[in-house]
Amino acid sequence: MAAPALKVENLSTEIRLSRATVQPVGNVSLEIGEGETLGLVGESGCGKSMLGLSVLGLLPTGGHVTEGSIKLGDKELVGLPERELRRIRGNDIAMIFQDSLSSLNPTKSIGEQVSEPVRLHRGVSRKEALDRALEVLELVGLPRPRERLSDYPHQLSGGLRQRVMIAIALACEPRVLLADEPTTALDVTIQAQILSVLDDLEQRLGMATLLVTHDMGVVAGRSRRINVMYAGRIVETAPSEELFSSMRHPYTQSLLGSIPRLESDPGRPLLSIPGLPPDLTDPPQGCRFAPRCQFATDQCRAQEPPLSGDSDHKFACWHPVDGPAVAVSASTGTRVSVTREPAPAGPAATVAGPVVQNGAGPLLEVVNAVREYPVTAGTMLKRKVNSVKAVSDVTLQVRAGEAVGLVGESGCGKTSLGKLIVGIEKPDGGQIRIAGEEIFRKRGGELRRARRTVQMMFQDPYGSLDPRMRVRAILREPLQIQGVGSTREQDDRVRGLLSEVGLPLNALERYPHEFSGGQRQRIALARALTLEPRIMVADEPVSALDVSIRSQVLNLMKRLQTERNMASVVISHDLAVVKYLADRIGVMYLGKLVEVGTGDDIYRRPAHPYTEALIKTIPVPDPAVEQAKRGVAIRGELPSPINPPSGCRFRTRCPLAQEICAQVEPPMRRFGQSHQAACHFPLQTPEPELPLAPSGDAAGSASGH
Amino acid sequence: MTEPRKTGSQELEELGTAALSVPGPSRGLSELTPDGGEVQAIASGWRLALREFASNRLAVICLALLLLLVLFCFLGPLFYHTDQTYTNILNTNLPPSGSHLLGTDENGFDELGRIMVGGQAAFEVGGFASGVAIVIGTLYGAISGLVGGFVDGLLMRFVDILLSIPFLLIVLVIATKYSGTVVEISLILGVFTWLVPARLVRGEVLTLRTRDFVLAAQTMGSSRARLIYRHLIPNAMSVTIVNVTFLIADSILSLAYLGVLGEGLTPPHTSWGDMLGNAQTYVQNGYWWLVYPVGACLVFVVLAFNLVGDALRDAVDVRLQRR
Repeated sequence: MAAPALKVENLSTEIRLSRATVQPVGNVSLEIGEGETLGLVGESGCGKSMLGLSVLGLLPTGGHVTEGSIKLGDKELVGLPERELRRIRGNDIAMIFQDSLSSLNPTKSIGEQVSEPVRLHRGVSRKEALDRALEVLELVGLPRPRERLSDYPHQLSGGLRQRVMIAIALACEPRVLLADEPTTALDVTIQAQILSVLDDLEQRLGMATLLVTHDMGVVAGRSRRINVMYAGRIVETAPSEELFSSMRHPYTQSLLGSIPRLESDPGRPLLSIPGLPPDLTDPPQGCRFAPRCQFATDQCRAQEPPLSGDSDHKFACWHPVDGPAVAVSASTGTRVSVTREPAPAGPAATVAGPVVQNGAGPLLEVVNAVREYPVTAGTMLKRKVNSVKAVSDVTLQVRAGEAVGLVGESGCGKTSLGKLIVGIEKPDGGQIRIAGEEIFRKRGGELRRARRTVQMMFQDPYGSLDPRMRVRAILREPLQIQGVGSTREQDDRVRGLLSEVGLPLNALERYPHEFSGGQRQRIALARALTLEPRIMVADEPVSALDVSIRSQVLNLMKRLQTERNMASVVISHDLAVVKYLADRIGVMYLGKLVEVGTGDDIYRRPAHPYTEALIKTIPVPDPAVEQAKRGVAIRGELPSPINPPSGCRFRTRCPLAQEICAQVEPPMRRFGQSHQAACHFPLQTPEPELPLAPSGDAAGSASGH
Repeated sequence: MTEPRKTGSQELEELGTAALSVPGPSRGLSELTPDGGEVQAIASGWRLALREFASNRLAVICLALLLLLVLFCFLGPLFYHTDQTYTNILNTNLPPSGSHLLGTDENGFDELGRIMVGGQAAFEVGGFASGVAIVIGTLYGAISGLVGGFVDGLLMRFVDILLSIPFLLIVLVIATKYSGTVVEISLILGVFTWLVPARLVRGEVLTLRTRDFVLAAQTMGSSRARLIYRHLIPNAMSVTIVNVTFLIADSILSLAYLGVLGEGLTPPHTSWGDMLGNAQTYVQNGYWWLVYPVGACLVFVVLAFNLVGDALRDAVDVRLQRR
């Protein structure tokens, strides 16, 4: 192999804070050859972004490289004066950042921004630079680049902005491309598009790419080698296939085991890593993973293991494991959350015979619900000029004790539907009935009491807890508002809940900012359960959490769902998460429910082309599966919900669309016991049967009549 | 659904763990190490803010000097006895000496004692007026922001109209109509300076009300009044606290304007503005002790409140960042 394009050796960096010193990167070595992609995987705060920034010499104030070398070709970058580094940045080494909205300058046009590095580094004229900009914009697949040159970032969608970011990085044909979570902020369908652009470019331009991500699925099919980072150290490095099939480090093993997968059995709890990543201002002695490791011994806690093994596969562990975790060993590894998991009884079993158990009719009925947000114009007299069709004519039913999932890309109306169900917003049409009653049409005290029935768990654990209240007050608030029990009883219930969600009692006196994201989500869950609701709506309950924490919360949610026999509506963009938590899944697209079915219906027998595309685009943490996927499953972006396409809303992106799709809106058709989809050209053969009951039961329990 | 619980308690027995009996709706299993992990104690938000504030030397010095000045004005007269009620024609315009440390003014009042009395008025008016302003402003802004829509538009246009009226003029007119006691002047000033805090709080509430914790409280059935006093006002507090310091400075300054214009407190009360207004005629005569000490006090107090306010704002911002 030729000399690597980028070689990092024993790199350590340090950031001085006002009261402590952090070592975000410790003794890290890696090399990337030309035309090669190296994956760097780790959770947030493990130092992976800092590694990228050290290479560019862009560490935050107070940060500097303490040891080691960074070589670009044979040029040493550590200690290079700022002037020369500037010449390299954006020219030889370019970086793609995660958040395209904040990384692009909102006051400059796309053309200016893409041509800027060309003008800086090549010294060419404005005209020539713009020509080059046009060229790279075409290269990254921006549609009609010439017309977009004078557009501003806010005029583009997230996916297009990310393409512009890539174009800026590529403008000077860098030798090394650092992609820091390039697709994390994007929807799966767009993520697949961007990743394929990156794949394509890397092959055509022969760049060395460092792909930094927290998502094992993203790196699986794309990089030849993968480095796993934990708490500032590289803990394992191996070729992709080997890492996934025979990892040696327990962290890699648990990380892979904790990802919910589509093909796995949702009845089986996820492997989860107890505890939290260490605080890097005060890292533990010895192996940094030891406090969370099931195999840790005294040696692990005293001595830090070196990165050893053969030259191809190295790992830093005293007691290496051999290959992926077997499901059985999972229960011994995770102490509490998994072992206590009940057998998939209860609601999960109702999937087979959904109607028998509940003759009393559904608990929650969403009947032809419509929610439109007005778009207004004019400053003084706000005229309504149009509306965003967030939820259009959705009909859904949830039985008592059942968990229903809603998936879809952002902007498909799933959160709006969730808000309708909990009554934060009112439908513009249709009805939301709980136990046969439209409870949110009530007023005053009746409405207040009715609200006990439905509670919500929010997405952002940082925004959903009042920062000025102690946990005790947060958890007691629902009881106080509802006037339930005496102070002592309230306090007892709060304590009970806290231990139920696995938090120590000393948490009661603390403020939300003292908790980690996962712990906050536990508090949010406890709060949603305080009133013992019959239905809980969970809006993206784990998407803000790290992978290793995610499975803890998922297991906990699943356990409490079954224990309390509570119906729930789980909203997520991640089909795997929904499939793990829910008995039935509804797929939404642009305000419409396009398909409903059990997890297996959706995953194994999708009837709607959108569902199929969605499944195809989800990155799977398995190199074999990922490499087999080629070509983009779904083209284009979500159309504007202000003027949704006529007929079937998916037709603009559908490979099977024909004329009828634009003219007639497809009705819901039945494909199985509880499986329905709305498509003119479904991928499965619909059951030949009478049209559905006139009440518009789109959710499947109608078969009981 | 009794099965899962049974398996849970069986397991506990197997583990031989002493189950802490936890009363609650459905018996949670407490274990020795909760699976949510331990909770680390981090300095509270206010403590972080305090730490940041303390790192601003200038502001700490200002705060300390302000406190000293308050003590000087309120406790000083107990140790330094002067007559501030009856004029003494024999002792007019005396330069500083052993019996009158800062000399006397045109009415024979001891200048140092008069600075103390004037300072009392300044701090009283500053505190009281800013209190009135912040209470009105916070409530008005919170209601306007939370209710939103047409009502919000109406309430805020009213604020805009009041802001466009030169308020000192109005205050002057009103002050001439009423006898100027500390309470009256404070009320007049407060009623005209709540506009800025109202706007600030409304802006803060507009962003707060879309936050998830406010939505969460709504799903619990919280009333609007509860939302305002439990969630919105405490969270907008950082903005208001910073604003209070600026309001105090502004009120003290306004009181001084009124004094200089001769419409300040009625005798025997006095303010630093009154003293400066009276001293105007003597500036040319070289009676420096009538101008500089009191002028310096005024400038220092206003400057110090502003610096403390700036530091507070920075400190609060830091707390928000680390949250």
